[in-house]
Amino acid sequence: MNEAIGIRDVSKVFGQGDTTFTAVARVNISIRENEFFTLLGPSGCGKTTLLRMIAGFEFPTDGEILLHGENIADMPPFRRPINTVFQNYALFPHMTVADNIGFGLRMLGKSKAEVSERVIEMLRLVKMEPMAGRRTSEISGGQQQRVALARALAPQPKVLLLDEPLSALDYKLRKEMQLELKRMQHETGITFIFVTHDQEEALTMSDRIAVMSKGQVLQVGSPRDIYDAPADRFVAEFIGETNFLTGRVRKIAEETAEVMLEGGAAISATAAGVGVGDDVTIVVRPEHAEVVAVPATGSAVTKGTLENVVYFGTDTHFHVRLPDGSVFVTRQQNRPRLSSEFAVGSEVSIAVAADAARILRAGA
Amino acid sequence: MSQSAIRADYRRTLTRRWLLSSPALLIVLLAATGPLLVVLLYSFLKAGPYGGVLPEFSPEAWIGVVMQRGLFDDTLSIADAHLAIFWRSIRLSLETTLLTLIFGFPTAYFIATRPPNTRELWLFLITIPFWTNLLIRTFAILQIIRNDGTINTVLLKLGLIGEPIRMLYTDGAILAGMVYVYLPLMVLPLYASMEKLDFRIVEAGYDLYATPFRVLRLVIIPLVKPGIVAGCILVFIPSLGAYVTPNVLGGGKNLMIGNLIELQFGQGRNWPLGSALSISLMAVVMAALIVYVRNADKTGGHHG
Ligand SMILES: Nc1ncnc2c1ncn2[C@@H]1O[C@H](COP(=O)(O)OP(=O)(O)OP(=O)(O)O)[C@@H](O)[C@H]1O
Ligand SMILES: [Mg+2]
Repeated sequence: MNEAIGIRDVSKVFGQGDTTFTAVARVNISIRENEFFTLLGPSGCGKTTLLRMIAGFEFPTDGEILLHGENIADMPPFRRPINTVFQNYALFPHMTVADNIGFGLRMLGKSKAEVSERVIEMLRLVKMEPMAGRRTSEISGGQQQRVALARALAPQPKVLLLDEPLSALDYKLRKEMQLELKRMQHETGITFIFVTHDQEEALTMSDRIAVMSKGQVLQVGSPRDIYDAPADRFVAEFIGETNFLTGRVRKIAEETAEVMLEGGAAISATAAGVGVGDDVTIVVRPEHAEVVAVPATGSAVTKGTLENVVYFGTDTHFHVRLPDGSVFVTRQQNRPRLSSEFAVGSEVSIAVAADAARILRAGA
Repeated sequence: MSQSAIRADYRRTLTRRWLLSSPALLIVLLAATGPLLVVLLYSFLKAGPYGGVLPEFSPEAWIGVVMQRGLFDDTLSIADAHLAIFWRSIRLSLETTLLTLIFGFPTAYFIATRPPNTRELWLFLITIPFWTNLLIRTFAILQIIRNDGTINTVLLKLGLIGEPIRMLYTDGAILAGMVYVYLPLMVLPLYASMEKLDFRIVEAGYDLYATPFRVLRLVIIPLVKPGIVAGCILVFIPSLGAYVTPNVLGGGKNLMIGNLIELQFGQGRNWPLGSALSISLMAVVMAALIVYVRNADKTGGHHG
């Protein structure tokens, strides 16, 4: 597939003299045409800065930004066929909804007929036809969000940038807009670059995700890759809940290593790039582990004291305190008529599903 | 208590609140309208021979605002001199407003786009001229533009001109002086509205293919319009009544309304005419204000 946006060794340093701050540090990303690509990371990791450099509001200190192979790093924003949906929507308060949506087309010098035709089309796409004549101060937050989306899509940009567009909406509306964003991306065929710090949102919406931390990209991959095979401890912790176990590799057979845990039990884990005798960290997702009764069956790997049972409706979380002091969490789906047979404070074993344990890449 | 009783009670409370503010209202009434009424009254009286007024009704002053009597007979003709002065005042004030807007807009924009912690400093610098007496500031300008002043001396020394350029005692000199004096009155309200401007909206304009000039015209100016209107009013009104600047830099030859009025109370010894001129000036200001407010309501009334 063709590359829509190429980010090559891009850095952004704010400030001068001794008070410089590197917001984006030598980032390399290749975003494909037609892709729903997400930048995910905690607050302050440089997502907005990276997005603003793609939009043209900031210029990279170093590196190249390619749009279909052409370096646009120094091109002003009004020449880039890239549009942005701003976090606070940034609608023009002195214009009607329709005038907001038509603004980009008018600036591109489209004819009146063409503008009004396209505005109507966009109003329909975001289901805002009855509001065309309203002022932007006279519509709700969710509706403003739709107008912002329509305004950015109207000029048919090559790439659409979205900076946490859903963060101001309430839970239900956010879920609705997530689906609608996906639908619109599908219908328009435009490359979406989406910024969020909500990992669930990233997992459900994206074709691929770049996980960022402190201005660096730690891992790029599909939601599955990132969830199942986190590149390092940060990614594993940031995406979903994770348990960490430490141990030493005892034996390696093909892709599987047998690891002696500190507690004394052995566990087999998928691994790459480790050798016998290495000290390693193993990640186990809560839904891949289970609390079992103490005279443990074969798959049990460790023991501990059941500290807390949290009921979540669809499933129940068990918090188990391990001998080394850490807490191991398991998540089990609730079934009818089956109540938890484990009492808080009792001794339990933890069983891990086959192939569910994964060794983090050495050094990570 | 019944609904109506509560309402009656509330109404009584409101009345009492009015009573509480009555001393303040009384002062405002006396201080603002009292002198004006005196001025209005004087404008309908006869001029005393050595200034002051005679307690005798006469429309002469109002006729004198726009008409003049012939020197030898009683024929009335349009008072060209007065109208010319009125016209010059309005023209100079409009020009001052326009020029302060042209200089003040980029200045305010510059300050509003500085990092927040340095904006205070810039504003402080803008207000420094206010610390000096108006007269002294005006004489400073005089010093710069007179025939043997700074500008001419430098230009002569450089050999760029053969003889001094005459700048003092021209309308241009008055204009320059007023622009200098009133510029802060334009910058401050402009800054106040630009500071509130959400620059992400400006970025949205750039994002949607608007060139910098179009962003200025279609996004920034409409959004800071309240500041523009306020600044224009704040500059236009005092310009119209300016006295010191035209007096010093116009040399008493290029009069403005303010000087004309002063003349009637001083050498002219025609207090009624001075009063009538003052009221006329107020009427012009009022008319200008009404036009502005109407305009602002129509186009800018919807801002959140
Ligand atoms: N103009 C600027 N000058 C100096 N530092 C800046 C500037 N803009 C951003 N930064 C810094 O760069 C870092 C990254 O900021 P950025 O806005 O890209 O974070 P983010 O990942 O979008 O965070 P959030 O999720 O909170 O929006 C922050 O530490 C921020 O303080
Ligand atoms: Mg951000």
